[in-house]
Amino acid sequence: MQRRYAFPIALRVGVNRWDLLAAALALGAVAFVVAAMQPMRAPLAALEAAPVSLDIANLPVYALRTTFRMFAALALSLVFALAVGTLAARNLRARAIVLPLLDVAQSVPVLGYLSFTVVVFLRLFPDSVLGAELAAIFAIFTSQVWNVTFSFYQSLRTVPGELHDAARSMHMSAWQRFWHLDVPFATPGLVWNLMVSMSGGWFFVVASEAISVGPWTIPLPGIGSYVALAIAERDLSAVGWALAAMLVVIALYDVFVFRPLVAWSDQFRLGAARTGEAPRSWVLSVWRRTQALRTLDARIRALLRHATLHRAPVAALARRARVRDLARRFSAPWVGALAWWTVLAALAAASIGYGWHFLSGIAAREWLQVFLLGCATLVRVIALTLLASLVWIPIGVAIGLRPRWTARVQPLVQFLAAVPANLFFPLAVFVIVRWQLNPDIWLSPLIVLGAQWYILFNAIAGASAIPQDLLEIARSLHVRRWLRWREVLLPGVAPYAVTGALTAWGGAWNATIVAEAVRWGDQRLLAHGLGAYITVQTEAGDYARIALGVATMAAFVVTFNRLLWRPLYDAMERRFRLG
Amino acid sequence: MPDEPLLRVEKLCKSFPKASGEVLVLDRIDLEVRAGEIVGLLGRSGSGKSTLLRSIAGLVQPSSGSVVFEGQPVRGPVQGVAMVFQGFALFPWLTVLENVTLGLRALGVDTETARRRALAAIDLIGLDGFESAYPRELSGGMQQRVGFARALVVEPKLLLMDEPFSALDVLTAETLRTDFLDLWTERRLDILAVVLVTHNIEEAVFLCDRVVVLAPNPGRIAAEITIELPHPRDRLSAAFRQAVEDVYALLTERAPAPARGVEAPIARHIRRVSVNLIAGLVETVAAPPYDGAADLPVVAHTLHLELDELLPVAEALHLLGLAEVAHGDVVLTDAGRAYAREDTQQRKRLFCEQALRVPLIAHIRDVLHARPNGRAPRLRFETELEDHLTEQYARETLDAAIEWGRYAELYEYDDVSRELLLEQPQTAAPASDADGPAVQATDR
Repeated sequence: MQRRYAFPIALRVGVNRWDLLAAALALGAVAFVVAAMQPMRAPLAALEAAPVSLDIANLPVYALRTTFRMFAALALSLVFALAVGTLAARNLRARAIVLPLLDVAQSVPVLGYLSFTVVVFLRLFPDSVLGAELAAIFAIFTSQVWNVTFSFYQSLRTVPGELHDAARSMHMSAWQRFWHLDVPFATPGLVWNLMVSMSGGWFFVVASEAISVGPWTIPLPGIGSYVALAIAERDLSAVGWALAAMLVVIALYDVFVFRPLVAWSDQFRLGAARTGEAPRSWVLSVWRRTQALRTLDARIRALLRHATLHRAPVAALARRARVRDLARRFSAPWVGALAWWTVLAALAAASIGYGWHFLSGIAAREWLQVFLLGCATLVRVIALTLLASLVWIPIGVAIGLRPRWTARVQPLVQFLAAVPANLFFPLAVFVIVRWQLNPDIWLSPLIVLGAQWYILFNAIAGASAIPQDLLEIARSLHVRRWLRWREVLLPGVAPYAVTGALTAWGGAWNATIVAEAVRWGDQRLLAHGLGAYITVQTEAGDYARIALGVATMAAFVVTFNRLLWRPLYDAMERRFRLG
Repeated sequence: MPDEPLLRVEKLCKSFPKASGEVLVLDRIDLEVRAGEIVGLLGRSGSGKSTLLRSIAGLVQPSSGSVVFEGQPVRGPVQGVAMVFQGFALFPWLTVLENVTLGLRALGVDTETARRRALAAIDLIGLDGFESAYPRELSGGMQQRVGFARALVVEPKLLLMDEPFSALDVLTAETLRTDFLDLWTERRLDILAVVLVTHNIEEAVFLCDRVVVLAPNPGRIAAEITIELPHPRDRLSAAFRQAVEDVYALLTERAPAPARGVEAPIARHIRRVSVNLIAGLVETVAAPPYDGAADLPVVAHTLHLELDELLPVAEALHLLGLAEVAHGDVVLTDAGRAYAREDTQQRKRLFCEQALRVPLIAHIRDVLHARPNGRAPRLRFETELEDHLTEQYARETLDAAIEWGRYAELYEYDDVSRELLLEQPQTAAPASDADGPAVQATDR
C-alpha cells in the first residue's frame, strides 16, 4: 500500500521530538540561501545608495553574504573538480594537457584572475550587482578549486582494480560507475579538501569583495569589504569585530556543515581498520533520528538512485559499441591524434601570438625588472618557508609524539589556519612605521603568516604516524637527544615535512600579492617584489603589466615545483617511507 | 544440448604495451567450456590465467583471436556471465542487501523485483540475518558469500571465479568450497558451467571436472586433465592423491621452450625467492625422512605451503644447481648436499659459485667489472630485461638477482642512487655517505 504523494510528510508519519529541531535547522538553511541571494538582483546603483559601513549592526548580514559567496564558490569547485578530474583521469590525451594547465592555474595569484574576470562579468550583467557578485565568487573559486580537483583526480586513479572490474562485470554503465563507485570512493578525500579550501578561501575574501581594478571600485557588502574599509579608516576596533564575526561564522559552519559531512563521509572509507574513534556530529544524529526527515531522506535517496542508476537500454548500448567498433576499424588511431594535436597547436600558437601582441608594449628593460622583482620575492618566500619550517617542525613533532596534546592542538590549528592572516597586517604596518623599519625585510613575515600552519599541521601528522615500535626500540637502545632527532624523528616526518613545506610555499607565493603591499589608512608600505608589482598594476588597471607580472609569478612557481619540489618529494617518499 | 559449446576461446592472444614495444602474456589459447562442467585454469602467477578469465568476462580486449559465448562474440561484459573475485570486491559503503541488489538495479530491474531476487540469493548462499550489515562487519568468509550472492543473483549461465578462496583461511575456504559444491551437485543453481582460476592444485582436483594447466611466459596451455572422480571427493582417497600427483608432475615438467621468439638466456624470469627460503628447503630435503630426494606434494603438505609458495623455491634450487626438479620430485645435487652440511661462511662461498651459474648474475658481474668505476645504474639492466619481459617481471627478476648477488657478496646495490656496484670494502663512495652509519653499525 504505497502512497504516491509524500507531502505533507508530517501528517502521515507523525512527528518525533527531533523533528522540531530538525525543522528549525532546515528552515534556517533555506532562509540563509534566500536572504543571501535576494540582494544579488539589485542594480549596481544600490551599492552606492547603501555603501559598506563600519556599523557593527551590519556585520551579521555581511557575514551571511560572505559565507554564501564562499559556499557558492565551493559548490562550483566541486562541480569543476568532478568534471575536470574525470576528464583528466579517463582521457589520456586530455590528461597530457589538463594536468600541466591545472599546475599553472594553481600558481596564478587570485588578483590575476580577478582583474580579468571582473571585466567579463560586469559586461555580462551591466548595471547589476550580480556581475560583481559573480566576479567575487569566481575569485574565491579560483582560490579553492585546485586542491579539490587534484584530490578527485588522485582518487579516480586509485580506485581498486577489482572494484572497477566488479562494477563492469555487473554491467554498470560509465554513468552508473561514476556515481556508485568513483564518487563514493573519492568522498572522504573530497570532504577533507573542501574543508581545507574553505579555510584557505578566507584569506582572499578581502581581496575578492573589495574589488578594486582600474576604474572599478566596487565594495560588495561582506566581511571582506568591512575589513578593507576598517583598514582604510584605521579603525582597529572594527578589525577586531570583523575577526570576531569571522570566528563565529567559522565555528557555525564547522558545526552545521563540515562536522556532519566528515561524520557522514566516514562510511565511504575503504578498509576495515579505523584508527581512533569514528568522527561524530550531533547535527548528523538529529538528521538521522528525525522521523519526517528520515522519510524525506529516503525519498531523496530513491530519487538520486533513480537518477544515478539511469541507463540507456542495453540494445542502445550495444548499438553504440558497434558504432565505436566501426569507427575504430575505419580510422587509424593517428587520425584522432593528429586532429587533437592540430587543434592544440593552433590554440597554443593563437595564445602565444595574442600574448605577444598584448605584452609587446612593454620594454625589454621592464621585463628584466619584473624578473628581478620575481627573484626578490623568491628569496623572501624561500627564506620564510625555511624559517617557518625550522620553527614549526620541532614544535609539531613534539606535539605529534604526545597523542593527548595532538587531540587538543589539532582543532586549534585548524581554526587558526582559517583565520585570514591579513587581519594582522595593520599591526605590522603600525610596528614598521613606528620604528622606521625596512619594509623589504619586515613585511616578509606576513608572507608565511597564513601558510605556516600547513607546516605545523603536517609535522604533527607525521610525528603521530611514526610507529610506536620504532620509538620504543630507539628508547631501549638509549638513542637520545640529537641522535634521536637525526636518525629517528626527522627521517620519520621527512615526507610529511616536505608536503607541508610545499603547501606553505604555494600559499606563500599567493600571499605575496597581499603581503608585499600593505595599507593602514592612507599609509602604504610597499616591499620590492613581484607581489607588490602585481597589486600596484591591478589598482592602476594596466592589463598588460598585470599579465606580465602574473605570468612571471606562475613561471617561477611552476619551474621550482618541477625542478625542486617534485624530485625532493619523490626522493623523500622513496627513502623514508615507512612500511 | 546442441554440440555448440557454451563458451569457445579461439587462438586468443593478449599482449600488453610496455616502455618499448609489447609483451605477450597469452599465446594462442584454445578452450571450450560445455554446459554442466566446472573447468579449472591452473597455473602459477605469470601464466596469464587471470588475464584469460578477464578476457572471457569481456573485461579485457584480446589482441587477437576471439571469445564466443553462446554463439555471440564477446566484446565487453556479457549478460549471462558473472564473476567472483579474489579480494571480494564488495562496495564498502553498501550493505549486504544493497551490494547484492546493485547488479540488478544497474540492469534496470525494478526495486521490488530486485529486492525479492536479492533476498532469495542471500537466503540460498546462507547469509540471511546479515542483510543490513556492512562488509567491514563481516568475516572474510561471509564477505565472499556476499560475492557469490551478488554473482548468482543475476542468474548467469556461466560463473567465472578468480581465485575465490585464496584470500580465506584454510578452514573457511574448505567450508565455502563444500557449500558451493553442494549447491552445484544438487542442481540448485541455474548456472550451466563454471570456470575457476586457481593456483591450488588440491582445490582444482577437488572441484573441477577438467583442469587446464597453463605454463608461464608467455601464458599458454601446457596440458589438460579430466578428473572423473564422483562428487563429493575424498581428499584422502588413493585416487584423489594420484590425481594430485599427476597434476604436480605436469606442472613441474620442464616446459618446452616457447615456440615464438628466441629467448636470451639472461632474460629468464626469476621469481624473487629469499635466501632463507632456499636454505630452508635444502635443509628440509637433505634431512630425514627425505635424505636428499622428496616428493613435492608431500613436502608442500608437511610445510603447509601452497603450490604458489613452494614451486618458486624449488625452481630457484634448480636454477642455482642445488637440486634437480622434475615430475613433481626434487632431488638435491652434490652442491645441494654440500650446502646443507656447511656452516654460514662456507655456505656463502658455495652459494657464490652456484649463483654465477645464473646467466643474469654472471652478466651483471661482467658488466660491473668492465666498467672502470665498477658501477652501473639499475635501469641499464632493467631496460635490457624489458626487451624480453614485462616491466613487472623485469623488475622482479632484477630484484631476485640483486638479492642473490648481495648474499653471495658478488656485488652491492645502492637504493638511493639506484646503482649496482662492486664491493668496495674501504673507500666508501661519497654518494652513499648518508648510508654510512647504518652500514657500519651492522658490521660491528
